Amino acid sequence: MFRSHVLVCGGTGCHASGCAALFPALETELKKHGLEKEVGVVQTGCFGLCALGPIMIVYPEGSFYSLVKESDIPEIVAEHLLKGRVVDRLLYHETVCPEHGVKSLNDTGFYKKQLRVALRNCGVINPECIDEYIGSDGYEALGKCITEMTPDDVIKIISDSGLRGRGGGGFPTGRKWQLAKNLVPDADQKYVCCNADEGDPGAFMDRSVLEGDPHVLIEAMAIAGYAIGADMGYVYIRAEYPIAVSRLNIAIKQAREYGLLGNNIFGTDFCFDLEIRLGAGAFVCGEETALMTSIEGHRGEPNPRPPFPAEKGLWGKPTILSNVETYANIPQIILKGADWFASMGTEKSKGTKVFALGGKINNTGLVEVPMGTTLREVIYEIGGGIPDGKEFKGAQTGGPSGGCIPMSQIDVPIDYDNLIAIGSMMGSGGLIVMDEDNCMVDMAKFFLEFTVDESCGKCTPCRIGTKRLYELLEKITSGNGEMEDLDKIEELCKYIKDNSLCGLGNSAPNPVLSMYHNFRDEYIAHIKNKKCPAGVCEDLVTYRIIDEKCKMCTACIKVCPVDAITGAVKQPHFIDPVKCIKCDACVSKCKFDAIVKE
Amino acid sequence: MAMVKCSTPFAGTAEQETKLIRLIHEIKDEKGSLMRVLQEAQEIYGYLPIEVQTLIARELSIPLEKIYGVVTFYSQFSLKPKGKYQIGVCMGTACYVRGAGVILDKFRKLLNIKGDEVTPDGLFSINDCRCIGACGLAPVITINEDVYGRLSSTGEEVEEILSKYKE
Repeated sequence: MFRSHVLVCGGTGCHASGCAALFPALETELKKHGLEKEVGVVQTGCFGLCALGPIMIVYPEGSFYSLVKESDIPEIVAEHLLKGRVVDRLLYHETVCPEHGVKSLNDTGFYKKQLRVALRNCGVINPECIDEYIGSDGYEALGKCITEMTPDDVIKIISDSGLRGRGGGGFPTGRKWQLAKNLVPDADQKYVCCNADEGDPGAFMDRSVLEGDPHVLIEAMAIAGYAIGADMGYVYIRAEYPIAVSRLNIAIKQAREYGLLGNNIFGTDFCFDLEIRLGAGAFVCGEETALMTSIEGHRGEPNPRPPFPAEKGLWGKPTILSNVETYANIPQIILKGADWFASMGTEKSKGTKVFALGGKINNTGLVEVPMGTTLREVIYEIGGGIPDGKEFKGAQTGGPSGGCIPMSQIDVPIDYDNLIAIGSMMGSGGLIVMDEDNCMVDMAKFFLEFTVDESCGKCTPCRIGTKRLYELLEKITSGNGEMEDLDKIEELCKYIKDNSLCGLGNSAPNPVLSMYHNFRDEYIAHIKNKKCPAGVCEDLVTYRIIDEKCKMCTACIKVCPVDAITGAVKQPHFIDPVKCIKCDACVSKCKFDAIVKE
Repeated sequence: MAMVKCSTPFAGTAEQETKLIRLIHEIKDEKGSLMRVLQEAQEIYGYLPIEVQTLIARELSIPLEKIYGVVTFYSQFSLKPKGKYQIGVCMGTACYVRGAGVILDKFRKLLNIKGDEVTPDGLFSINDCRCIGACGLAPVITINEDVYGRLSSTGEEVEEILSKYKE
């Protein structure tokens, strides 16, 4: 037994911030003070507040240290772990309370409104230790299902809970399972697949579950296998997630050793095993039929539906496919009941949703909130608002398939149906905040560039349509746009939406349409005034020195790489627009904000 | 479609070939093993030139054109060798709104290479990669295993970062 536990976040965010160096430092320092038998160090999954990594929590006090460096470790060990004095300077500022010392993490703005179901073990248990998962009610739901319930009972609970797919489409999970169980009664083989090929740029919730709580996926997939009558499962996971792949491999190995995967699980006739398949970087493989084609070892191109995977999926057999976050809800639903799950959320969207907050927001990271929370609560209360006092402009949900939510709709409760009604979609849960410095034509172009690049080329509307759409936007951002281009854009969007083979093409025009509808003025400014109001589109921007603000210090003259600025000390400065290459060097150099982009 | 030929001559060794053939025989009976074979082959050789694809085609008894089709479909597979230091500029949305595009341009300008080219000294290649999921550190770049996060949106650190790797 340890008297203190040090939990260090081992998620990708904190790894990138350098958390790996903390472990050997902790080990050395603890040994030095003879504390290695009194203080336990645990590497956990993601705490969520990635912006402040590396993160460390010391229990029993619950002191939340942020931005911890290797050089801070001697102080933490000597002061806190040896003498019991919390190191105030490293505490997350929101947890510092002048009167009572350390405030509980759950009372801080970032965590107060969160409700953790899918992420409940992330940042709490050691993901590489199956006993810790079991100690946290792990594999109890699987045991309950296969020893006490029939497959139909399991499907009924999942259906009654109202759980919908968290990967984007929002199809009812229980219904999916039922179809897979009953559609082909004499199938000799069925499969359970998991989509862990999180391709939406800016979304990383699936990765965090895999890194922080990999056993929950194994348990849930086994439950799904029992419900539909499958004995084999595949997890299709991005090769770009090395930590997640390694932890899932460890978890599968441990589950096999404990007899929780393999033959005769819990002494019953039920057999189930899992294999990992690595993706190779193709966004279209997030589409279910493309994903299965890729597992089969082919080019990951989608196929027309029907037949749906529940009838003819992987290797032509009935298959169910859900994403990681969807599965992460299943064991809790089995243990706590359908009513418990259905008590959270809105009428048609039950439970919670994990969002990856990113972009122009203070608390970037991972948050889980009940469905029906408003965007304002997520951005301003949990996310801590926009940095540098800038103005909120829009928030993109659903990544390259979704749309941009403007200020006027910031109070709409977030659920599947509301987001579709306002021209966006839930997607996998990426939530990118944009401020006044982001140009909406440029953002639409950015998302479209992504889809052009990722279009698999099988169907013409997507392959050629998205490219032509991109060219129209480029025409506008380069200052050559005409008003009739806007009509062409709308027409082309509709055509691509209606005629593409799969979800990638069907949804590719969404960012363009929503940005155009919500920020029409900005498009018109690009076309009629040849100006980019946000100062992003290089061809439409000119740099000018404001004489009243300029202190004539020549700092900008020295930094200009092309000698476009003339003047001398105490002589007026001037930028030659012909020579200027718009590199922005002068703007970042000027201490007096005297250079503007127009 | 024209085959993408690589200007760098193929310099695979006998050991690499033995290693790959042994591996193929280990996993060839797994269902859908082609992807894994390609991933492992790229691990061994660093890229997948036509010579390696031909070898895989022979060992798996799959037509070369099918293998070429799969290799060119996925962005992870490369037909050309990469630089000793592979620079990855994350172009996920979170990084893009915080200036990843400017940083990418700066790398390209300083190294004077386009697309998937390698610098003449073989040291650097640039990859505008998909979201690496470190959005809390946006904008983020990686150079091999090293991660550099929270860069400024003007990319002023780029030159200094590069100087650490120049030989």
